[in-house]
Amino acid sequence: MRVGVITFPGTLDDRDAARAVVAGGAEAVSLWHADADLKNVDAVILPGGFSYGDYLRCGAISRFAPVMNLVIEAAGKGMPVLGICNGFQVLCESHLLPGALTRNSDLHFLCKDQEIEIINNATAWTSSYKPGEKIVIPLKNGEGSFQCDDETLAKLEDQGRVIARYVGQNPNGSRNLIAGITNERGNVVGLMPHPEHAIDELTGPTAQGLGFFTSILNAMVK
Amino acid sequence: MAKIVVDVMLKPEILDPQGNAVASALPRLGFTFAQSVRQGKRFEIEIAGEPTAAQLAEVEKAAEVLLSNPVIENFVVRVEK
Repeated sequence: MRVGVITFPGTLDDRDAARAVVAGGAEAVSLWHADADLKNVDAVILPGGFSYGDYLRCGAISRFAPVMNLVIEAAGKGMPVLGICNGFQVLCESHLLPGALTRNSDLHFLCKDQEIEIINNATAWTSSYKPGEKIVIPLKNGEGSFQCDDETLAKLEDQGRVIARYVGQNPNGSRNLIAGITNERGNVVGLMPHPEHAIDELTGPTAQGLGFFTSILNAMVK
Repeated sequence: MAKIVVDVMLKPEILDPQGNAVASALPRLGFTFAQSVRQGKRFEIEIAGEPTAAQLAEVEKAAEVLLSNPVIENFVVRVEK
C-alpha cells in the first residue's frame, strides 16, 4: 500500500505525515507539487504548512499545481485523499470539499493540544475510530475557521459529512464546531487539526492521531 | 495603457475578524466615525491599450477562478481611466 505525501513550496508537515504513514503500516511516497505523475500511489495526503506562502488565499495557488490536477482526477475516481490544515484549505479551494477556511475569529495563530470528537467513522480515513470517540491532537493554524452558507451546512449535517468536531470552547470560530468534513463518497477528508503530530507519546501529546493512518489500510484491504 | 481594477470583498454574511480589529482600533486613536469596517483586497491589472469586451470577460473569468473564492467572497471588475 503506497501513500503519497505532497510537498508544495512552503509545506511544513510533509515529513511528519510520511512518518505517520509508515507508523500506520503503509509505504510513504514523496510527491512534488510540479510532478505530473502520482507514482502509482493508492492514496494521497496533502500536509500542513504555508504552501506558496499562503499568498492570495491559503491553498489558492497550490490548487493549480500540476500534481493537483491528477489528485482532483483521482479523487473523482474514488482514491482516498486526506488534507490536513493547509491541505484542507487546498481541498476546499479545489472544490473537492465544500466551504472555505477563513481567519481565526480571534485573529491569533493557534498552537495547542485540542480535543476533538470523531463523528463519522465511515470514511477512508476514520474507520479506526468509534463514532463519538474523543481524541487529543495538536491544532495549529491562523486560518482554520470553517465557513460555508446555511444550505451547505445543512447538507453536511444531514448527510453525516462532518467527520470531527471540536470539543469545548470553539477554538477558531468554525461553524458548528466543525474540525473536519468529507465528500459525499467518503474518500476525500479535510481536517484542520494535525493527527500526524500525535502518533507516539514521545513527540506528540498522545498517540491518538495514528488512527487516521491505520484507517487507510482498512480502506484498502476491503 | 489601461488599468483594470478588481475589488474582492468577503461576502456580508462571512465574519471578517480583520475588519473588526480595525474597527475596534479606530476609536482607540480618537476616530469615532466608524460603525463597522470590512477589509478586502484590490488587484490592479495593467494592459496594453484600451480593454476590449473580450478582455474584460477574461478578467471576470480570472476573478472568479483565481482572484476570489466565490464561496466566501464577491468581486467587482472595473476599468480605471
